[in-house]
Amino acid sequence: MTALLASLPLIPFGAALVGLLLRGRRLPAALAVVSAAATLVVALSLLSLERLERTAVVADFVDIEVTAGVRATTATVWVAVTVAVVALAVQLYSVAYLHDDERYAPYAAQVSLFTAAMLLVVVSADLVQLLVGWEVMGICSYLLIGHDRRLPEAPRAAVKAFLVTRVGDVGFLLGIALLGVRVGSFRIDTVLAADLPAGTRLTVCLLLLAGVAGKSAQFPLHTWLPDAMAGPTPISALIHAATMVAAGVYVVAVLYPLFAATPVALTVLGIMAVVTMLLGALAATAQADMKRVLAWSTVSQLGYMTGALAVGVPSAALFHLLTHAAFKALLFLAAGAVIHAIGSNLIADAGGLRRSMPVTFVVTTIGLAALVGVPPFAGFWSKEAVLAAALHEGSGIAWVVYGVGVVTVAVTGWYATRLWLGLFFGPPRASSPHEPPALMRGPVVVLAVPAALLGFVALAPDFSARLGALSTTGPSPELGHLDAAVLVPLLASAFGVALAWLMWRRDPAADPAARLPGRGSFASAFYLDAVQDALVTRPVLAVSAAVLRADESGVGGAVRGIGRGSRGAGGRLALLHRAPMPRAATAALAGALVLGVGAVVLRAVL
Amino acid sequence: MTTADLLLVALGAVAVGAGVLVVSTRHIVRAGLWLVVNLLAVAGCYLVLAAELVAWVQVLLYVGAVVVLLLFAVMLTRAPIGASDDLDRPRWPGALIGGGAGLGLAALFVSGYRWSRVDLPSPGTATALGEQIFTAWVLPFEVVGVLLLAALIGAIVVSRPDIGSR
Amino acid sequence: MHPVIPYVIAAALVGLGAYGVLVRRNAILLLMAVELILGGVNLVLVTADATVRAVLPAGGQVFALFVIVLAAAEIGVALALVLQLYRLRRAVAVDEIPLEREP
Repeated sequence: MTALLASLPLIPFGAALVGLLLRGRRLPAALAVVSAAATLVVALSLLSLERLERTAVVADFVDIEVTAGVRATTATVWVAVTVAVVALAVQLYSVAYLHDDERYAPYAAQVSLFTAAMLLVVVSADLVQLLVGWEVMGICSYLLIGHDRRLPEAPRAAVKAFLVTRVGDVGFLLGIALLGVRVGSFRIDTVLAADLPAGTRLTVCLLLLAGVAGKSAQFPLHTWLPDAMAGPTPISALIHAATMVAAGVYVVAVLYPLFAATPVALTVLGIMAVVTMLLGALAATAQADMKRVLAWSTVSQLGYMTGALAVGVPSAALFHLLTHAAFKALLFLAAGAVIHAIGSNLIADAGGLRRSMPVTFVVTTIGLAALVGVPPFAGFWSKEAVLAAALHEGSGIAWVVYGVGVVTVAVTGWYATRLWLGLFFGPPRASSPHEPPALMRGPVVVLAVPAALLGFVALAPDFSARLGALSTTGPSPELGHLDAAVLVPLLASAFGVALAWLMWRRDPAADPAARLPGRGSFASAFYLDAVQDALVTRPVLAVSAAVLRADESGVGGAVRGIGRGSRGAGGRLALLHRAPMPRAATAALAGALVLGVGAVVLRAVL
Repeated sequence: MTTADLLLVALGAVAVGAGVLVVSTRHIVRAGLWLVVNLLAVAGCYLVLAAELVAWVQVLLYVGAVVVLLLFAVMLTRAPIGASDDLDRPRWPGALIGGGAGLGLAALFVSGYRWSRVDLPSPGTATALGEQIFTAWVLPFEVVGVLLLAALIGAIVVSRPDIGSR
Repeated sequence: MHPVIPYVIAAALVGLGAYGVLVRRNAILLLMAVELILGGVNLVLVTADATVRAVLPAGGQVFALFVIVLAAAEIGVALALVLQLYRLRRAVAVDEIPLEREP
């Protein structure tokens, strides 16, 4: 069991190392797909796992020790299976999607490396080990977003993603360091069992939340995610929908006992969650680019997950993580198919595709239904679980999460419907669109199955307990339990869908978003990018320019000045030495005379 | 005051007077001639001091060779024959240092010897001096020979530009 | 014999020579002043030989001979330099030798 668990990150890691050395297409593609499939098989074989923790000390610094090992519960394996499924789907899809990309081999290796890093985070038994995976994901994300160098915005988006997540990662690193130093170990079980003073715990939790906000694109560090859509579409599916952004949520779930004992941290998390939720959904309403709609919807859905964590039900967060991974990966891959067909990212360039691309139409419909929360699709169950958890919790922040969550459901319904209608209905605009090749269609169709049906696992008797076992040893609320309160979000989403449909009905050729009040601020996500630019980027750039100037003119100038000064002084001294003969002779004889006189006087005096 | 003292004073007066003229005359050729007078007077001093060989070598080498060389140089460099006004640069630093050196040395000697007197040794012969040179001083003598050779070669190289620069 | 007399003469010659070296512009006159100094030095050596009984007899005279030989060598090289200078610059004034050029 331990070996199998350890091989989860090791298989894709090995594939990545080998893959980085390869060139060409066939061999890297085969390696990537086979390793992803092997990872999936290993993950599936572990499904019977109940709980396992095995570590070995790798470094003992007397006061503090670093361990390496694996730690897993059933929920861990489910997350690993999800990652493996999405990774396999993405690898298959990429073979076709990047069929004429010259840099396919490193791309595939980087995807494998990314998968390995995510799985390392998932199975880590030690915080340092987890941090390694966390950081490798960051760098892979950077590399993959910037994959397409021809796009003008790709390198910029990659740098932005890297820097913004880095801001959070600094907090994460500090949090882990503080935790490890105070506890004396980085082993997760030891850390969770430790009895920490309240102040330390609060500091640690807030620092960790900074990292979580960065990775999971929570307000105010969410700005990188929409820009990251400059990467290839399969990357958006893998990293920015299904896995990496989920890592933050997953880490909070793993360390949940720490947060559960710190209500202030949970309140902060809740505020972050509601802002992120509503902001993401509103921003998604007015985007012209279909991938950006999905990206903002990812931000919004991540808000649901952190909201569930904030109200104290990590199992609901994990459940939503799993279903969201399924339907969001599906949506991104389907969007990739549409982009592949019409050659544009813009919704305005699509339209009436339901006849020419029936398969894509069906699977996108399933995905959007799951996103909106239409029963019985997966999203309905998980979102319902989150909202029910907030309602049952009933404390101050939980009410806010519930209220904003319901409003967001309506907004989600609106933008999902707008996207659906914009892509597949109305007058056709693209010339002769067609279904993508089988290699791209296959993964999308396969992903449609969990997107549609994953929700029903909530009805399994011990599902909630197994999910919750990752975070708490106590009982977890039943997730598949439905009562009359379910009508509220259903009505809200129906309202959103109907409103979008009515607005579209008036003029099927026009974008319903054009008639939205406050469209400009929605489209630019409330100008937060500009605010960030003005408050952070520009001052930092100004300061660094000033520092550079100070360094060049101050420090460097001092060094150069000393050099120039001593050269000048030396030159002047040399000039003195090169006295013409008469002066030199005078000086020499005068010196001799002075010496003689001095000697005589000294002898007389002494 | 003995005869030797009187001779030395007289010869010394001639030597110093000639020396003053060497450094102050405005005729280059005359400076050379006054140098001859000076050197002869110094040679006379050597004779009085019982150093015959040195005296004759001085006359031979200095008066016979060095001064002739100097006069040749004067001629080769087309020095003006008459009086020239631009031979000297400002005098005060030289006067200060030269006067300081001369007076200082004189003061040292005076304070060292006062008015003591010694008996002059018997005039040394060339044989005695030659014996010394070829026994006690033979190594420096050889070195001086090498140095003379080096100076000879150096003088040739310096005065022939076609050798110096390749 | 009072040794102070030749010694003072020698000191005067050295002082005159130093003055001449510093004051004269013409390289040949400068060399003549150098000869004055050497004469003074020789006189000191010879006087010392006559007044001091050293372990080795006639050491002062031997030195004086060596100095004369060195003076001859010096004057030979120096005149070669002077002639070369004259050939290059048509002048033998030591003031006019430029030294400010970079090496």
